[in-house]
Amino acid sequence: MATTITYYKLRKIKDRIVSGWVKTMVGLVLLLPVVIAISLLSKSWLILGHSGLSELLFSSVWRPLAGEFGFWPFIISSVWVTFLGLIFTAPICLLSAIYLTQYGSKRLLGMMQPVIDILAGIPSVIYGVWGILLIVPAVGSFLAPLLGIETSGFSILAGGFVLAVMLIPFILNILIEIFRTVPRDLFEASLSLGASKWHTIKHVLLGKTFPGIISAFGLGLSRAFGETIAVLMVVGNVVAIPKTIFDPGYPLPALIANNYGEMLSIPMFDSALMFAALLLMAIVILFNIFSRWAIIHFEKKQ
Amino acid sequence: MMWWRKFEERLFYVLMIFSTASLVILLLVILLSIFLKGVPYLSWEMVSQTPKGGYYFGREGGILNAIVGSLYLSAGAVFLALVFSLPLALAMNIHMRTYKRTLHVIRFVLDLLWGIPSIVYGAFGFTLMIYLGIKASLLAGIITVAIFILPIMVRAMDEVMKNVPVTLLESAFSLGSTRTEVAFKVMLRQTLPGIITAVLLAFGRGIGDVASVLFTTGYTDNIPTSLFQQTATLPLAVFFQLGSPIPEVQNRAYAAAVILTLIILIISIATRLLGRGYNKTRIN
Amino acid sequence: MEKSKISIRDLNLYFEKQHILKNVNIEIPENQVTVILGPSGCGKTTLMKTLNRLVDLHDNARFSGSILFEGIDILHPATDLVHIRQKMGLLSQRPTPLPMSIFGNVAYGLKLKGIRHKKNLAPLVEKYLREANLWEEVKDRLNDPAIRLSIGQQQRLCLARGLAVNPEIILADEPTSALDPISARIIENQFVELKKDYTIVLVTHVLRQARRIADYVVFMYLGDVVEQGPAEAFFNNPTQEKTKEYLGGAFN
Repeated sequence: MATTITYYKLRKIKDRIVSGWVKTMVGLVLLLPVVIAISLLSKSWLILGHSGLSELLFSSVWRPLAGEFGFWPFIISSVWVTFLGLIFTAPICLLSAIYLTQYGSKRLLGMMQPVIDILAGIPSVIYGVWGILLIVPAVGSFLAPLLGIETSGFSILAGGFVLAVMLIPFILNILIEIFRTVPRDLFEASLSLGASKWHTIKHVLLGKTFPGIISAFGLGLSRAFGETIAVLMVVGNVVAIPKTIFDPGYPLPALIANNYGEMLSIPMFDSALMFAALLLMAIVILFNIFSRWAIIHFEKKQ
Repeated sequence: MMWWRKFEERLFYVLMIFSTASLVILLLVILLSIFLKGVPYLSWEMVSQTPKGGYYFGREGGILNAIVGSLYLSAGAVFLALVFSLPLALAMNIHMRTYKRTLHVIRFVLDLLWGIPSIVYGAFGFTLMIYLGIKASLLAGIITVAIFILPIMVRAMDEVMKNVPVTLLESAFSLGSTRTEVAFKVMLRQTLPGIITAVLLAFGRGIGDVASVLFTTGYTDNIPTSLFQQTATLPLAVFFQLGSPIPEVQNRAYAAAVILTLIILIISIATRLLGRGYNKTRIN
Repeated sequence: MEKSKISIRDLNLYFEKQHILKNVNIEIPENQVTVILGPSGCGKTTLMKTLNRLVDLHDNARFSGSILFEGIDILHPATDLVHIRQKMGLLSQRPTPLPMSIFGNVAYGLKLKGIRHKKNLAPLVEKYLREANLWEEVKDRLNDPAIRLSIGQQQRLCLARGLAVNPEIILADEPTSALDPISARIIENQFVELKKDYTIVLVTHVLRQARRIADYVVFMYLGDVVEQGPAEAFFNNPTQEKTKEYLGGAFN
């Protein structure tokens, strides 16, 4: 009996210790975003004191060695590439999500799931290689000459296209989830009123899931904004405000990736790149929060 | 306007089929272009030797440094992330099961962390590295990648654990188990396939990412023999060597791309088999 | 009056704003089968889960009152739940084998008590499987996953597992509702067999089952205890109108 009691105590102590450990983990994870933000902020303090926020954001003069850091060209490039990516990806995602959930059989969806998963799993650098092998030449030596434009192919357009393909699995998966939540009887009610299937989809399904669709693309947008390597490899990386989509661009993540580490010797440049990372994080988190808020709102309405 | 409606319906139907088919076509085109370009350069020499004469200029040698480096890095990161994420996922679904509010906050934060681009983790990892006083090394890379895959791992495990029937936990508790015992003796067993899936998923993310390791692992022609040495990885091998002006070096990049893609495909298939496979003592 | 094993005093329980248990007072007699009877949704299951504080696993359960057991108030925040739960074996509506082998399921509770080696475990596992009337059926396949047993066998396995923790009380929440009549009878008979060593609390909405095995009956309706008393008196001379209606089949 005595051994039983000590063993019992041992179990309780073990539970105490493990529970404590486990709660510490929870605390650490909750602190992580704060820690990331603070460490980036403290690093970018130098440049903020040097140039001021509005000059950093809206000046288009980028001459690091002369101490001038205007992020405008990078911001504009990021916006362009992201915007193009979303435009290209939107119809494909919407149409296939509708087809897979409303027209196709369960089996088809089951067969397509691995395809979507593999697309989602392919690393960014592989998309970049593919972009260099196929998309850049397609833009440079096929599409542009067709329109009478001269370009190397390394352009905003190529970046947008590669990005669009990378976004497909990400957005498509969310859309499929959302379309699945629409109750079947709602659908049947509309059909039984004599509406055609397409009409029902257009008015009932899309209407009902509109906030969900918006947040799916919002999440896609925040993913797109931070995508680094694949875009970097095909977008050209020239510091200038792009005038057309056939011009090369230089998005924010690419700026960080191309320069960090090598520029450590210039403290101000180092600080500027940290500011870029902070900016990127802020934008991405903002869109994330907005999209998640929209989706929670949408689920409550269901 | 009946004809217009009919036309619209047919048009969209065709477009939908086209879109869905395009997913398959895109995947095939991507895989084919990577394989057609890279497979010819795959040889025993390529996978069994390190680069000779510098990875950027040397014409001889292979990418063994990157293959081994990638495996070291991802395995290390997955292990480190597991130490943190497994207790977290268990805590969320056992210890904190009734704290709905807190759980919402935790899941929200995890989702936010998931959304932060890997380049930001890379920058954070770099500052952390300087702060801790370690140089670019396998260890620095492991820490950065572990932070980056942590939310992915936790959320994947959480999804599986959330669906464990509460009656199972009840019966374990009613036998007088402590929370720790329910977590590690019952929950862990019940969700083991899901946990392995989560680990594989995180491994795949970790092994394929460039932006998080760009500043933290350095790059070297050698296979690291300690945590404090620099290391090459497959995605970095692709990224750096593709930029070289020397065709032989570029070929090594394409070969590395093929191997990386193969690893990802194998992980994907393994995950799928595991999802289908049925753990024999698991309760439905 | 027999010695009471558990005294429930002024128990009130809410989920969110729903008042599930209303001022419940019950004395559960020792070494008898107490049947808690009532139509579904009357709070029987919640009452049972309050006894071993499994309600803690559910969101937002608030309770007041006290449940006294061996001089301890089960509802007190500082009560050692692990200790309490080991004194009460639970059998739930559907069998819930743990994700382990047959042997592992019974050994689970024994291991919690600090019994480690297989040579010490094996005779005890056999003993409890025999007590649950399952030994003969499984003795040749103890290492099979528990999930491969039939539902009826799984339920008896859960009983054996509960007994192995060496409880004083067996809580059974409609333990036969998922079973075929023959398996159900085996379980019922087992209860009658076991009551000389254990106090048994059985929740059911099956009147005939209650008549077959009850010694003491508590009738609940919409969170209220309508009537309680020894089985003889309860079934033959009910005092409340609601009870008469129920016994007359008005709720079925």
